[in-house]
Amino acid sequence: MIDVLYFAWVRERIGLPREQVETQAATVNDLVAELRTREPRYEAAFADLSALRVALDQDLSDFDASLAGVREVAFFPPMTGG
Amino acid sequence: MKVSVQPEPFDLGAELAGFGAGRSDVGAIVSFTGVVRDDSGAMEALELEHYPGMTQRAIAQIVDQAMTRWNLADVIVIHRYGRLGIGEQIMMVATAARHRVAAFEAAEFLMDYLKSRAPFWKKEHGRDGTSWVAAKDTDEDALKRW
Repeated sequence: MIDVLYFAWVRERIGLPREQVETQAATVNDLVAELRTREPRYEAAFADLSALRVALDQDLSDFDASLAGVREVAFFPPMTGG
Repeated sequence: MKVSVQPEPFDLGAELAGFGAGRSDVGAIVSFTGVVRDDSGAMEALELEHYPGMTQRAIAQIVDQAMTRWNLADVIVIHRYGRLGIGEQIMMVATAARHRVAAFEAAEFLMDYLKSRAPFWKKEHGRDGTSWVAAKDTDEDALKRW
């Protein structure tokens, strides 16, 4: 079981801030592929991965990264702090 | 070193008053303050969302890098979240160093990294609705100079 978090317009498009996902996905890309098949709102949120960033256990990471041992995955648009 | 992620306003003067005080190795203090502006003339508020847990950690990592690279005596980073009105202070950084070049450069480095590597997202609330602020390519390019 992995905690999946969504922020900013990704959260709005999917319609929830976080959820628990039962998955055997080996990489972030595999997890995204699973989520996209769920419902159109997931497909809409993940349509363009170049517009998204991912953090694994609260560290910025990549879509081809392994999910081995990861407890928390977060998807969000490029950050706009400062 | 002080890192604070908070919804409340901060008192810039009070933060700077004691900063770097009582140290004989501090010869330069630089501070930057970000303020909510309205470019369109139709904005009512700016909302900042963040990633509790990751935000504090990401900022602390950025501050650690700056302190090591410029041998800083001290750093303050305060970043607000929530709904802010036009003219309100969003965030501040302050750096204390032996010389001004280090203090200025470190403050710019902190700002460049906070903009693109600290998990905040800005949403503009205007008379005509809301829109998420998109990151600019120039923000990402700014990191390359470091």
